[in-house]
This record gives sequence, C-alpha cells and structure tokens, in this order.
Amino acid sequence: MKTFSANGLKALKLAILAAPVMTIASLASAQELKIGLSAELSSLDPHYHNLTPNNMLARHIYEPLVGQDEKQALKPLLAESWKAIDDTTWEFKLRKNVKFHDGTPFTADDVIATMQRAPNVPKSPSSFSAYVRGKEFTKVDDFTVRVKTATPAPLVPTDLSTFGIIPAKCKDTTTEDFNLGKCTTGGTGAYKQAEYVAGDRVVLTPNESYWGGKEPWSKVTFRMITSAPTRVAALLAGDLDVIENVPTSDVARLKGDAKLSVASTVSNRVIYFHMDHFREVSPFIKGKDGSEIKNPLRNLKVRQALSMAINRPGIVDRIMEKEAIPAGQLLPDGFFGTSKKLKPVAFDLNGAKKLLAEAGYPNGFKMKLHGPTNRYLNDTKIIEAVAQMFSRLGIETEVETLPSANFFTRASQGGQGNVPEFSFILVGWGAGTGESSDSLKALLATFDPAKGMGATNRGRYSNPTFDAKVDEALRTVDDAKRDAALAEAMEISMNDVGLIPTHYQLNTWASRKGVKVLARTDEYTLATGIRKD
Amino acid sequence: MLAFILRRLAQALFVIAAMLVIVFFGVNVVGDPIYMLISPEMDQQQIAETARALGLDRPIWEQFLVFLKNAAQGDLGRSFVHGESAIKLILHRMPATLELAFVALVLAIVIGLPLGLYAGLKPESRLSRFIMAVSILGFSLPTFWVGLMLILTFAVGLGWLPATGRGPTVSILGLETSLLSLKGWQHVALPALNLALLKISLVIRLARAGAREAALMDYVKFARAKGLSQSRIIGVHILKNIMIPIVTVLGLEFGSLVAFSVVTETIFAWPGMGRLLLEAITRLDRPVIVAYVMVVVVLFVTINLLVDLVYSALDPRVRLTEATS
Repeated sequence: MKTFSANGLKALKLAILAAPVMTIASLASAQELKIGLSAELSSLDPHYHNLTPNNMLARHIYEPLVGQDEKQALKPLLAESWKAIDDTTWEFKLRKNVKFHDGTPFTADDVIATMQRAPNVPKSPSSFSAYVRGKEFTKVDDFTVRVKTATPAPLVPTDLSTFGIIPAKCKDTTTEDFNLGKCTTGGTGAYKQAEYVAGDRVVLTPNESYWGGKEPWSKVTFRMITSAPTRVAALLAGDLDVIENVPTSDVARLKGDAKLSVASTVSNRVIYFHMDHFREVSPFIKGKDGSEIKNPLRNLKVRQALSMAINRPGIVDRIMEKEAIPAGQLLPDGFFGTSKKLKPVAFDLNGAKKLLAEAGYPNGFKMKLHGPTNRYLNDTKIIEAVAQMFSRLGIETEVETLPSANFFTRASQGGQGNVPEFSFILVGWGAGTGESSDSLKALLATFDPAKGMGATNRGRYSNPTFDAKVDEALRTVDDAKRDAALAEAMEISMNDVGLIPTHYQLNTWASRKGVKVLARTDEYTLATGIRKD
Repeated sequence: MLAFILRRLAQALFVIAAMLVIVFFGVNVVGDPIYMLISPEMDQQQIAETARALGLDRPIWEQFLVFLKNAAQGDLGRSFVHGESAIKLILHRMPATLELAFVALVLAIVIGLPLGLYAGLKPESRLSRFIMAVSILGFSLPTFWVGLMLILTFAVGLGWLPATGRGPTVSILGLETSLLSLKGWQHVALPALNLALLKISLVIRLARAGAREAALMDYVKFARAKGLSQSRIIGVHILKNIMIPIVTVLGLEFGSLVAFSVVTETIFAWPGMGRLLLEAITRLDRPVIVAYVMVVVVLFVTINLLVDLVYSALDPRVRLTEATS
C-alpha cells in the first residue's frame, strides 16, 4: 500500500505538470454542493459508532445540546445556555420553538429519550456510553434539563457536545432503520437525510424551516473517496466542489491554481513519540555490542537528549511540506488547558550529545523504532527521518513500520502479560473534545483500568505529581481554575518528557473558486460551514 | 454427467469447509479489531464493554464454535463496523462489481479477440508487431498507475468522462444496474477499461498463439482447398477451435475480475465489493473478510463448474470421454 499511494501521488504530480490546460467542467446546478470525503462512515445512526466521519455527518441532521465552533470552543446549540448550579449539578436551558424535520416540536422529553438510547445501542463498535455514564438526567420543565453526577464533573457540557439529539419517537429505532431513513421525524439539524448508499455517498437536502435560517444549498452530496489522488483528480475534473484531507504533496500545486482555493487550519491532532518508561530492560533497546542493557529511557537526561535531537522545523519543512506546525505540548497554543510557557524543544545536536554523555551513554545505544503505515500524514517518512536524527546523536536506530491493524494491537498489548510491546513508537492523538484533559488523562496518567486512567498510555508513564494535578483538574468545575490546573499538568509532563511531541498536523480543504470552506480544527467537513463566495 | 456434477459438488464442499477454517483462524491472528473500531478517547472499561458486545472477549475456539453454529444456519456473522449481516453487505455491493467485471470482460473479448486473430494470421506485419508490443505494456503497467493516467487524461485533461463513481442505477428483476443510461456508461467506461487492460492483453496473446497454430492445421488447408471463403475459414473453423482455451481462461479470469477489482474500485471510487474488502481489511472487520473469502470461494467453484460445462459444449470429445468413463 505504501508504494501504491506514494507512486500514485508522484504520477498525479507528473501528469498535472504535463497537462497545462485544465478544464473545470461547469456544474450542473450552482445550488448543488458535492463534497469528497476521505473516510467511509459506518452508519447514519448518530449513536451507533463514535467515529469521526459518522459524527460529522450526523451533525448535519441531529444536533447535540452543545455545539463546538471551528476552534472547538463550546457554543449554544439545542441548549441556549447552561450553568453549574453546584459542583455536581448542571442545568441546561433548551432552545424554544425548535422543530424536528417533520414539524414535531423539540422538548426536554427528546433529550431524556436520547440519553436513554445513546449508551445502549446494540453491537456498537464504539459507543457513546462513556459520555452518559454516571449522569442522571431529569426533566425540570419542557425546556429545562438537569444533570446530576456523583462526583464533580466539569466536562458535562463537553460530553454532551459529542452526540446528537434524536426525537423521542425514534428511541427504539434500530441502527439499520436509521440507515434506511426510517426515523421519519428526523432531527433538528439544518439538513435532512435524503439518500444513503453505504460506502458510496450520503445525500442531504436542506431543512426549509431550520431554526438557524435556511442553508444556501439545494442539495448536498457527500462522496466517500478514500484514495487521495483520486479525490484531487475528481476536484480538478469538476466532479466535486470541495475535498477534505488534501495530500500534503499536492497542497502547493492546488494553491497555485487560479480556479481553486485552499483553506487550512491547525488540527487538534499531535504527532508524538511514546517510549517505554516501565521496563527495567526494554525489548528493542540493546547496547552497541548487542548486549542487554538497562532501559536508558527511564533516565530523564536521555529523554531530553532524544527530544533535542529531533529537528522539528526540518520535519515540518521537508517532510510535511510546511503543512504542519512544530509541537511543544499535546494541543496547539490557544486550546483550553494548554500552557503558555511550553514551546517546541529547540533542535540542538551538541546539547543532546552532552546530555546523553552525562546520562552515562557517551557512545549511545541501539534502538528500534516502530510506527504505523498510512495512519497519519507521511508517518513512515517521519519515523525514518527521526531515526536518522537519532543516528547522528550516536544511537544506532532501526525502523519497523506495520499496518495499523497490527501496530495498534501490539503497541497497546502485544508484550508478555498484555503490556505494550515496543520501546519507542510514533503515534498521533486527536483531541476530539477540544481541550487537554482527555489527552493528559489517556496518554500520560498512570495506567489504571479501575479508574479509567491512562487507557492509551502506551509507554506506561507514571508520575504521582502529574496524576494529582490531573485529578484536581478533573474535579474543578470553575473553568479558569481548571484551565490553569491542566496547563500545570501539561508543564509537569512535558518537562519530564513523558512523551515527545513533534508536530501538529494542518487540516486542509480544497474547493473550486467561489466556494469557501470554513477550516475546522476537528477535521470535520460541515456543509453548514461551506458558503458561496 | 450427473455423476460428474455430483463429484464436483463434493469437492467444492470440501474446499469451502477447508477455507472456512483457514480464513477464520488466519484473520484472527492479524490483530485485535477493538483498537481499530473504538474511538481512541475511550477508557479501559469502554474497551472491555465493546469487546463483550462483539464477542471478542471469548477465547478463539469458542468464537469459532459460535461462528460455525451460525454458519450452519447460513449466517456468516455481522460486520463489526456496520452492524449488519456481512453476507448482506457483500451481496448488496456485488451488482456494482459484477457490472464492472462484465463490461471489462466484454471489452477484453471485443478488443482482444480481433487484434489477437489479426496478429496470429499476419504475424509478420508491422501492425501485428505493434499490437504485440502494446500487449506487453498491458501486462506490465501497474493498474493503479494506468487508472490515474486514465482519470487525468479523460476526466481532468479532456473533460470527456467523469473521474469517479457509478452512474444512476435502475432496478431490473431485482438487479441494480447502471448500464441502461448514457450516464451510467460514461461512468463505467474508464474503470472497466482499466480493469480490462490486462485481460485484453491476455486474450490477444491467447488468440494469436491459437490462430498461428490453427492456421497450419490440415482442416484449415482442407477448407481452403474446398474453396471456402476466407471469412468463413477464420470466422467458423479457426475461431471455434481457438475459443476453447480462451473460454477456459476467461472464465477463471472473470472470477478474479469480480474478486480482486480492489485497486480499480478504490482508484475510481466504484462502490463495489472490492472497496468493501479493502475497508474491512484496514479496519479488521473479521466477519466481512471471512464472508468475502467464502463468497469468492463459492464464486470460483461455480465458475469452474460452468467452464467445464461450456467446454464440453464447445468440444464434443470432452462429452464423449465423460460418457464412456
């Protein structure tokens, strides 16, 4: 597959250069919008599968109580306002005069019904139960809902921004029936479901009586085109008006095309290296002579040296073709719960060599890096480049990349006793909730299934000071205080090099001139954010 | 004939059963689908819940027994990703793939046969040499590259044909097809050509070899001596005799067109079952992978059987040996 896409792109570039006259076919109707998606959705049931393309599509039809703007800051949607009455109670005031697609008025009953259905969809491959778990929903009146939790839960509004509200009438509708459009009451969203052909396309029509005003498009077609060069070609051929996930190697070319426009913004996805913090002897680290040595990654100076040896601007410029930003923490500056003090670690090879010598490894050691293929933008190239950078530091590196399906199982539980198997891995993390508590909790908190902490901590990093800070943040309802606590936790873990962030990806869309895309940090392509220029 | 068919059926059942075991355990060693399915933000409790819901928490042999029990009732499991019956998903996408494979096959015959015949009957001519040279390209160029080139030439550059997707479909006798409208043909043209390229070259080579051999045979000389017209000699005597290997090969190739059109379907965003397979493999949707392989096995077994029957219709000697044995 690797050569497949790489050569494909090269071929595309060549052919684009060879075809000086490009014709953009005029569209059949200016009112119609055709969008090329990069991933397939698995269902139109808004509660079946917590998966980016599913959530994104569902957002058009079924709106959540709380919305997220293009920078993932919370904004009122079906709830006009919300406030914490005390540490364990939230009150949501619902928007009045909102109607479902068939005219049924929206009330608190629909919210209660949704909360019963969302966590209990049968055979769900990734359910929304975590967002509903431990919350008790009560209807105060038709337009007021209270949420009671056992412990302080500052993230209730964030949790409720992850899934859409369905009408009470559809609470027993099955996933298959949702796919077939049998929930005829519909949602409250700006668009109505018109057609769904699994693996091919979703067609939406505008909701004429949408509470937020009518949409400018008479019809929106989402086509699922997983092959990136094909998506670009389909845009160039005029088959599509908008494409998402433009391959980095084509961005410059498309930007230079007078008939197209490109929109991009920093993503909530950080690419980072996770490393073995928990084994005395790490399986993929050896001495220069091949002998078994103590795990050097448990030494802070070694971790700092590795981080300093990575040339982040170099990766961004050369491999990502400037479609990325060097990273110094888990979320880009400006997101909730990020530190203002943390900057990307500067590239300093001599400093790194000195640190490594101080740590007792003047001659380095041998290490094997692992990573997935075709999971993140240019993942294989990045890991190969970093391996070379480590070689310059004196660490003899080898690289092994694996298909995602294989990699993630082994990286999470491939070792003896279901522990992470590898010593040093490249991974990525997207903060779907738009703030840092999820990232810190999942990636760096001490692995503890009982508390639900450290679920994706594939290095088994563990630091009691950090854990205490995260715990404090997760119990602080006051936004300003929580923001500060999260920032502090971020600083603790980054200064301790719990993991090594390299860069944030950019999310990029391309569209034909005259169609403007609102770039979003969460990788969502929303028709409600696409306008005629 | 009946004994022949029964024997073939018994063989087929054995092959299917063997494949069932191999594929089931094969896909189970690849990795844990949980990490492909679940949202990365979920905690350990959620991971355990999902594993339970999908039956992945049980030991592999227990999963196999459940699978066997359901398979005996014709149910090959539900897709982890889509939550629907895997067989239903595949059958739902099959018409699109069959349509594509059918058009590709027709193209292979319509283009390949005349060119191959010509090259076989006039092996020294310049045009024949050119045809053979081009057929080598057809064999050696990678499908995805040719596909992209076709898109860039005919869709992006010239703007004659749409770049991707399938045209509007209508249902006839329960079968969805897009071949009844001009738009449908415009959509199918490029992917079918791409898929057919290799088969065209194959048919050219087979037809050429067959024609060269047949042209020297006594019955052709005899037909000439009888004063039969050139067109009758080629159209009836030579063509009928060289068709046997071509039918055999194309029959099997049709199976591979249907089963392995993955690359073409992905490049052209054709909503067929090849793309479903690719998606299932990347997301480790085990039930769909298993069901797909089962469908392909059944398909090949059936095609083999049909080829044997057509073969005996074309060549009377086959019938005779079967009857005496």
